[in-house]
Amino acid sequence: MPTRVLDQSDIHRALSRIAHEILEREKGAGNLVLLGIPSRGVPLAHRIAERIEHIEPGTAPPVGSLDITMFRDDLRLRPARALERTDVPAGGIDGRTVVLVDDVLFSGRSVRAALDALSELGRPEAVRLAVLVDRGHRELPIRADYVGKNVPTSLRESVHVRVVETDGTDEVVIGEDS
Amino acid sequence: MNRHLLSAGDLSHDDAVQVLDTARELAAVSNREVKKLPTLRGRTVVNLFFEDSTRTRISFEAAAKRLSADVINFSAKGSSISKGESLKDTALTLQAMGADAVVIRHGASGAPHRLATSGWIEAAVVNAGDGTHEHPTQALLDAYTMREHLADGEGDLEGRRVTIVGDVLHSRVARSNVLLLDTLGAHVTLVAPPTLLPVGVESWPCEVSYDLDSPLPGADAVMMLRVQRERMSAAYFPSEREYSRRYGLDGRRAAMLPEHAIVMHPGPMNRGMEITADVADGSRSVIVEQVTNGVSVRMAVLYLLLGGQIS
Repeated sequence: MPTRVLDQSDIHRALSRIAHEILEREKGAGNLVLLGIPSRGVPLAHRIAERIEHIEPGTAPPVGSLDITMFRDDLRLRPARALERTDVPAGGIDGRTVVLVDDVLFSGRSVRAALDALSELGRPEAVRLAVLVDRGHRELPIRADYVGKNVPTSLRESVHVRVVETDGTDEVVIGEDS
Repeated sequence: MNRHLLSAGDLSHDDAVQVLDTARELAAVSNREVKKLPTLRGRTVVNLFFEDSTRTRISFEAAAKRLSADVINFSAKGSSISKGESLKDTALTLQAMGADAVVIRHGASGAPHRLATSGWIEAAVVNAGDGTHEHPTQALLDAYTMREHLADGEGDLEGRRVTIVGDVLHSRVARSNVLLLDTLGAHVTLVAPPTLLPVGVESWPCEVSYDLDSPLPGADAVMMLRVQRERMSAAYFPSEREYSRRYGLDGRRAAMLPEHAIVMHPGPMNRGMEITADVADGSRSVIVEQVTNGVSVRMAVLYLLLGGQIS
């Protein structure tokens, strides 16, 4: 049976807290760029930017998206995949603090690919990672700086993040893999 | 998508749109400071060119290199082919060297098909022009260019009207374009003198006209084909002057086109023959853009053929 671990208001609160934490640790949003990893990282990045604007009006950081398909290490294990949008804000990322935003942190391989993709686009001053759910089972030495919720899972389970923008509803559910 | 790209007719509607969508994302790479992606690192792409070509070979080479593939250029001149080596023995050599993709241009129609289906090699085969048969990546880059200008770079070309003018008989570009544009929902009119139309053209999914002036006012895109004198063994038209008067695109005819229409040419151009210099360099002309788009489209084709699982 699938279990819902976060509902709409949980997600709302988690993203608000992440926005607060980012502002606190980065000392404001002045030098920030948020880059969402498609598909669901992109709407999450936009929401975090909205919260930042809500907390400190007039400081909403630029938001973009970063497609990591061409940088994955498992390309040869699956059929060729369609590419997603890469969209870097006009100011670029050189010298900025980039916050990568993804829905689930699992093996860490997507984040590794994202770091490679980022290095082709420029040289940020620092790179941070924000995720809605950290489900554990890392295969690389990578950790998140901002976590919505730590969800302990078994490898047999799957975690699904759904957001209104793409799925019509806001929730995080855990199900058994079939 | 199939394992090879031999004919524009092999592409389904979804395949073709996927190539164009992928190309659009990859086009952004060409604007970056670092014009490179690591996707095909360790893969070998062989450019096997039995016929002269500048833009197609360079375009494939740039595309493969931007995806970090190793590129081996192999042209018939100065190779063992000029000593009489057969296509089969060349293929076996490439197989032994571990080629992952072979981009082939050959003067004989059907040579890429032979290479792909003979069992000589395991590599993916991309047809870069075979005789008077097909040139599918040219059709894809033409469709990409049309989509950018006429359909906001998205979806297909449903209902757009394309006029293709000139030496259809010797043109692999025309055949591939007719097949692909039909798949994408466009309406194609071929315009040529009767002597420069191939036998069986009435079975192609397009209209045929002997008169250039009538389709122009309704055209969204007009594509001029090169008069391929090197393939002509007989007199197909009385004189160059008469040809360019009846079938050439000059300023007067370009003025008959709708405001938004674009002028295309697969190159190389015979300026003053099928197209006048002022039209080729005019504001409607997207001829240089076609070359730029060619790299993105070929990157997309190589990625989709080689980027995933080896079946």
